[in-house]
Amino acid sequence: MLIIKNLHAEVEGKQILKGLNLTVNAGEVHAIMGPNGAGKSSLASVLAGRENYEVTEGEVWFEGKNLLEMAPEDRAREGVFLAFQYPVEIPGVSNINFLKTAIGEIRAYRNLPPLDAKAFLQLSKEKQKLVEFDAKLVNRSLNEGFSGGEKKRNEIFQLAMLEPLLSILDETDSGLDIDALRIVSKGVNKLRSPKNAFLIITHYQRLLEYIVPDFVHVLYDGRIVKSGTKELALELEEKGYDWLKEKEEVGTN
Amino acid sequence: MSLIQEPAIPLYDAVVKGYHTLSTAGADTEGVRRARQSAFDQWRLLGFPSIKNEDWKYTNITRYLKDEFALDGLVAGGGPVAAVAAPAGLVKKATIPGLDAFQVVLVNGVWDGKVHGASPKGELPKGIELLKVSQVLNDPAFAGYFGNGKWGNQHFAYLNTALFTDGLFIRVKDGAVIEKPLHVVHVFTADRNLLIQPRHVWVAGRNAEASVIESIVGGEGDVKLWVNSLMEIFAQTDSKLDHVVLQTAGTGVRLVQHTTVRQQKQSLYNNYTFTLPGAELVRNDLQARLEEDHTETHLYGLYLTAGGQLVDNHTLVDHQKPNCYSNELYKGVLLEKSTGVFNGKVYVHQDAQKTNAFQQNNNLVISKQATIDSKPELEIYADDVKCSHGSTVGQFSEEALFYLRARGIGEDTAKALLINAFAFDVTEKLRNEAVEHFVNELISQHIPSQTQA
Ligand SMILES: Nc1ncnc2c1ncn2[C@@H]1O[C@H](COP(=O)(O)OP(=O)(O)O)[C@@H](O)[C@H]1O
Ligand SMILES: [Mg+2]
Repeated sequence: MLIIKNLHAEVEGKQILKGLNLTVNAGEVHAIMGPNGAGKSSLASVLAGRENYEVTEGEVWFEGKNLLEMAPEDRAREGVFLAFQYPVEIPGVSNINFLKTAIGEIRAYRNLPPLDAKAFLQLSKEKQKLVEFDAKLVNRSLNEGFSGGEKKRNEIFQLAMLEPLLSILDETDSGLDIDALRIVSKGVNKLRSPKNAFLIITHYQRLLEYIVPDFVHVLYDGRIVKSGTKELALELEEKGYDWLKEKEEVGTN
Repeated sequence: MSLIQEPAIPLYDAVVKGYHTLSTAGADTEGVRRARQSAFDQWRLLGFPSIKNEDWKYTNITRYLKDEFALDGLVAGGGPVAAVAAPAGLVKKATIPGLDAFQVVLVNGVWDGKVHGASPKGELPKGIELLKVSQVLNDPAFAGYFGNGKWGNQHFAYLNTALFTDGLFIRVKDGAVIEKPLHVVHVFTADRNLLIQPRHVWVAGRNAEASVIESIVGGEGDVKLWVNSLMEIFAQTDSKLDHVVLQTAGTGVRLVQHTTVRQQKQSLYNNYTFTLPGAELVRNDLQARLEEDHTETHLYGLYLTAGGQLVDNHTLVDHQKPNCYSNELYKGVLLEKSTGVFNGKVYVHQDAQKTNAFQQNNNLVISKQATIDSKPELEIYADDVKCSHGSTVGQFSEEALFYLRARGIGEDTAKALLINAFAFDVTEKLRNEAVEHFVNELISQHIPSQTQA
């Protein structure tokens, strides 16, 4: 589904991703861990098409198409979804109208007939239930005045509504209390299928107790330096990330 | 400067001749005659404004004054002109779907006397009275409303006072609560360049309550119509007036609109002014004179400008007495090569203790070729007051734009959503749902599909 080859990217002249390789197949859940500043959010941004990132080398293929050539909206229409680490507040745009517009444009892109109002409402109710999202929040302005946890849950609600092929969750767990974490994870687990895939960026292995990954990767200094199975997450939890630095120093000496 | 420049403005001579025609006809009572005379003399001194006038610094009207204009309303003998039939298309453009209101249509400032949407048989509720200004102008019973010849530095108000012949007089009687809004449709249309000068006087009696929506349409063709409108509103003690202005005229209109509101004790006045793409020049002077204590005033404005439009909003909130509250929020969205000007003056007199006066102006500049000059002006001479003001000029939030696009929403749609969201702070203040919906639709229609950044 997703093939990243030797990806180099910079932001404001600063090299952030320095030769990253990753392959994600349908049906898989990959976790990406790593210390602050390693480039995890940058990877998510590059995949979603944030314009201040410049790819200087490498390739990204999504379902056989060159992802890097697409506008952000086309990536979303092709089936890429980024749950933001910091969801944006947009006063005056109602959550539900926003989703209606998004679904309308995605369906048009895929040559599907528009959803009628009734079908949309039905879908929205069903997904609200699935991710236990408060109906009151659905009609409010997009993320305006939402608590940190409500914002993250709104991301998962949107994910459920848009049914992407590849979901990238950037620190969706940070700022969530244990109950919210359980609800979010439950939602994600229900959405998992052999047809879609998840890229879960997190700092802590806590989330991975709920959403069990098939693979765990360590991202450090713009590269994936270690990959393994879910046991790696436990190991990281125990050892922290300092060993990476030491390894680096040994390597450069 | 004015002596050299102004005779070159063709309209200048037309005005002098028009005044001569009107004054020699001798139809006016002494009070009106004197007001006209003094206004005309003052206008001769001031002439047309230039960028040398502080109030017109950013609004250069020289190029709009190059055309010749005939004077409407000044037929031989100086009498009022007959009402012209309104083109159906223009009335339709002004019609607000789903609005349950009484509707009157004025063509070039002249009302045909008909009331639409009223029942039975075109009758208005007892509490409200509508008259043509030409009928009451020289009636001694109305003398108090037309004798004002003092308009400070307002060039165009003097010009209007010297020459106006008609307009709409509205009186809401003491204690009358008019449930249905009144929709006043101003249609401007002609087959030659015209200077049109409507004069309106509205009175909200003691304890009266009403809501008036004005729509301005016309100027769709090649003909240039210079509309110089002057309105005086008397909000008497304990009255409540809601006043919506929808400026939706076409490119052929140059609109200069002065509104003075005189507020008495405990009156409430709400103004909502929307200016949409079209009219190449719009200058609004909205002045709230808080002449007695405990008044409340809300001024909301939204200007969405496009093409080569020049839209200038000058507001004045004049706190003369203690314990008055005023709140102002104007927002601007500037597209293409348009220019916006906002000048919000709040004057708090020494006497006006316990004043609460708030003002905010926010602008979203969409195109690199668009400009906005925003200037709040606070002059405070009382010490026990709460006043604040703020002014911002910004572009689209890149973060918000990316967030929307990352959900599959195309760039143009995303921008349209953000423009509507920006305008929402103002449109949500409208108290009538049909009007709010109509305004939101107008905004959406005018957001170009290709918003060049
Ligand atoms: N807009 C930006 N301008 C400059 N540096 C940036 C920008 N965004 C991120 N960075 C830098 O890129 C590096 C990686 O950041 P990020 O991808 O957010 O890390 P992570 O998500 O792993 O904590 C950090 O050193 C950060 O300071
Ligand atoms: Mg991050």
